[in-house]
Amino acid sequence: MRGDTMTELLLEVKNLKVHFETENGTVTAVDDVSFSVKRGETVGVVGESGCGKSVTAESILRLLNEKHTNYEGNILFEEKDILKLSYSELQKVRGNDISMIFQDPMSSLNPVYTVGNQIVEALLLHQNLTKKEAESKAVEMLKLTGIPLPEKRVNEYPHELSGGMRQRVMIAMALSCKPKLLIADEPTTALDVTTQSQILDLINELKDEFNMGTIMITHDLGVVAEVCTKVVVMYLGQVIEEASVESIFSSPLHPYTQGLLKSIPQIEGPRDEKLYVIEGKVPTLTQIPKGCRFAPRCEFATEICRDKMPQLESYENDLKVRCWHFKDIQEKRGGMNGSRNESQTVNS
Amino acid sequence: MVVEMSLKQSTPKTEASNDVILEVKNLKKYFPITGSLNNTVSQVKAVNDVSFSLIKGETYGLVGESGCGKSTTGRTILRLLEPTEGEVIYDGQNINKLKGNDLRNIRRELQMVFQDPYSSLNPRKRIGTILEETLKIHKIGNKKERTEQVMNILNKVGFQREHYYRFPHEFSGGQRQRIGLARALIINPSIIICDEPVSALDVSIQSQVLNLLEDVQQEFNLTYLFISHDLGVVRHISDRIGVMYLGKLVEESPTDELYSNPLHPYTKALLSAIPVPNPFVKREKIKLIGEIPSPVNPPSGCVFHTRCPFAMDVCKQEEPALKTIVHEHKVACHLY
Ligand SMILES: Nc1ncnc2c1ncn2[C@@H]1O[C@H](COP(=O)(O)OP(=O)(O)OP(=O)(O)O)[C@@H](O)[C@H]1O
Ligand SMILES: Nc1ncnc2c1ncn2[C@@H]1O[C@H](COP(=O)(O)OP(=O)(O)OP(=O)(O)O)[C@@H](O)[C@H]1O
Ligand code: SF4
Ligand code: SF4
Ligand SMILES: [Mg+2]
Ligand SMILES: [Mg+2]
Repeated sequence: MRGDTMTELLLEVKNLKVHFETENGTVTAVDDVSFSVKRGETVGVVGESGCGKSVTAESILRLLNEKHTNYEGNILFEEKDILKLSYSELQKVRGNDISMIFQDPMSSLNPVYTVGNQIVEALLLHQNLTKKEAESKAVEMLKLTGIPLPEKRVNEYPHELSGGMRQRVMIAMALSCKPKLLIADEPTTALDVTTQSQILDLINELKDEFNMGTIMITHDLGVVAEVCTKVVVMYLGQVIEEASVESIFSSPLHPYTQGLLKSIPQIEGPRDEKLYVIEGKVPTLTQIPKGCRFAPRCEFATEICRDKMPQLESYENDLKVRCWHFKDIQEKRGGMNGSRNESQTVNS
Repeated sequence: MVVEMSLKQSTPKTEASNDVILEVKNLKKYFPITGSLNNTVSQVKAVNDVSFSLIKGETYGLVGESGCGKSTTGRTILRLLEPTEGEVIYDGQNINKLKGNDLRNIRRELQMVFQDPYSSLNPRKRIGTILEETLKIHKIGNKKERTEQVMNILNKVGFQREHYYRFPHEFSGGQRQRIGLARALIINPSIIICDEPVSALDVSIQSQVLNLLEDVQQEFNLTYLFISHDLGVVRHISDRIGVMYLGKLVEESPTDELYSNPLHPYTKALLSAIPVPNPFVKREKIKLIGEIPSPVNPPSGCVFHTRCPFAMDVCKQEEPALKTIVHEHKVACHLY
């Protein structure tokens, strides 16, 4: 890894808020989110379904319908604020500097064009290639993602491919322009683990070769542990913890992060009778608790938690956490009996 | 049948207990590929001679490469797809031969929970109405009884009475998944085929749904065929596991035995590739080289020979049969 460039900031999201105008009034899906991505760094974003991961990602490319969307804050990409770019400036950034792999590949592939056409189109738009070069590049990219018979698949339409194959076409498209920043929204959820590991390797290679920064949105904590250097944990529109991948897994600070880690079914050791469950439900965006948003489900909640919202606080080297009592909780856990991952490492 | 005693038997459900509820025999499903004149030019051999049984009350996990035919197997068993060949025996009857009322009656016993719960719920109908319609189709109860039954099942899967009146979009992903389960449960089936039932869920909601699946299984003595890519989830919930590759069942084993002693080279590669949720553990992955072959022209002999690190001459010529190696552990590979 290149130490010097590693420290270079690529993207900085600062106090981002995203408000949607809906029939029932304004809802704030992303509420004061800040984090950064350095060149060559892979940042994992995890959190409960509906907590605002995709909305945050889509904001970075300004893909949300701006008739109903209001942004606050800054999204600095190479020091330019994306939220202030004109449409033509934005088009230059999209696909060229920043690419995205979408959660739902079917809705982002055009059904009336062959997959080859769509990749070629993207290549011609953003790179200085002849049509011929672009065509062979498209096949090469498909091959890299492990699609069988890529020469044949380029001539097929999206509906002729299995779910996993469509996902790989999306990945080929996103990576073909060698972006500086890749935003991958659940890129491998539809894939089996051998194909998944092939794709993750591919992303890793590009990262090393071109110093690509990556935002990896996933609910697979195994993927996070394998490819991410830093992890941002979100809950109900806010970042509640940010730390290095090692620290998240060995000593998670926030009670929600702790619960999340305890819920994972293990692939080694004795099989549990019952999986751990975080009691209660995520409140809806129209009923956001006034204090700590996790308070209705938190076993450590006290008066202050229900009353006042904790801020995302820096703690020790590079840790950030949004919790009134994280130090006490940390002490109670004695840094020992926390996650099973930790005890597993000790045993093995 | 000789009942072998095994010390490490983690689950009481084995084929030897002979309580087979569903038997799949030499099942094939080929999709035609049509040419420009609407003539069949070739076929996608999505499921290519698969046999296995489900034991009453067990969870049978089905895993394998994306596109290897898992969903097609599930759909063909339910006759949501017409099988090309083979038998599916339930309760002494070959489902593939049933028609009309007999087929409808069997469908009550066999239900499916789909991967994407949203696309399978009508967005304009209230949840209560959607569930009651399922009862109506099967001519169960009168209006009042049906409403009562829906209220009961909603309660069972963790909802309150007020949820009866809500629309699908007012539920979160995990809640919708529970509605899908309620819809399968409401007509009191004996087998549920779960196709990636938790893959769209984050781990905390996933654990709720998995616990619920286990609870209702016990309560109603249900049998599950559980299709999933998540090998941690499959390990947690399954009593036995079948591994598929390119339309074939290549290995079958009780869960603990499979994870501690995988036999087929593909299974070994698959298990080695599971990402471990622990950044301090680095496992050695077996990388599969070579392209995934197309199910239109599967390789001769062993379908895995083009990518198998142990392939021998015989592998290209002869297809290995699925045979029992140790108690309940079967593999289709010339190495054994
Ligand atoms: N256009 C919109 N109008 C109103 N609300 C929206 C809109 N888009 C998203 N939301 C809401 O914003 C919240 C965040 O959604 P988002 O898609 O970012 O969640 P997520 O974290 O990606 O979840 P998942 O893991 O399920 O993909 C949700 O409550 C969602 O209902
Ligand atoms: N309706 C169809 N017409 C033609 N081919 C099909 C059809 N449905 C599935 N196939 C093909 O059959 C094969 C098996 O597909 P299937 O959906 O059963 O795979 P799977 O194991 O469930 O994969 P995944 O894990 O990606 O869901 C694939 O090659 C697929 O492209
Ligand atoms: S602030 Fe209070 S309620 Fe919120 S996570 Fe911390 S202890 Fe729990
Ligand atoms: S039969 Fe041969 S090619 Fe197939 S898995 Fe066994 S060793 Fe490999
Ligand atoms: Mg999302
Ligand atoms: Mg499938």
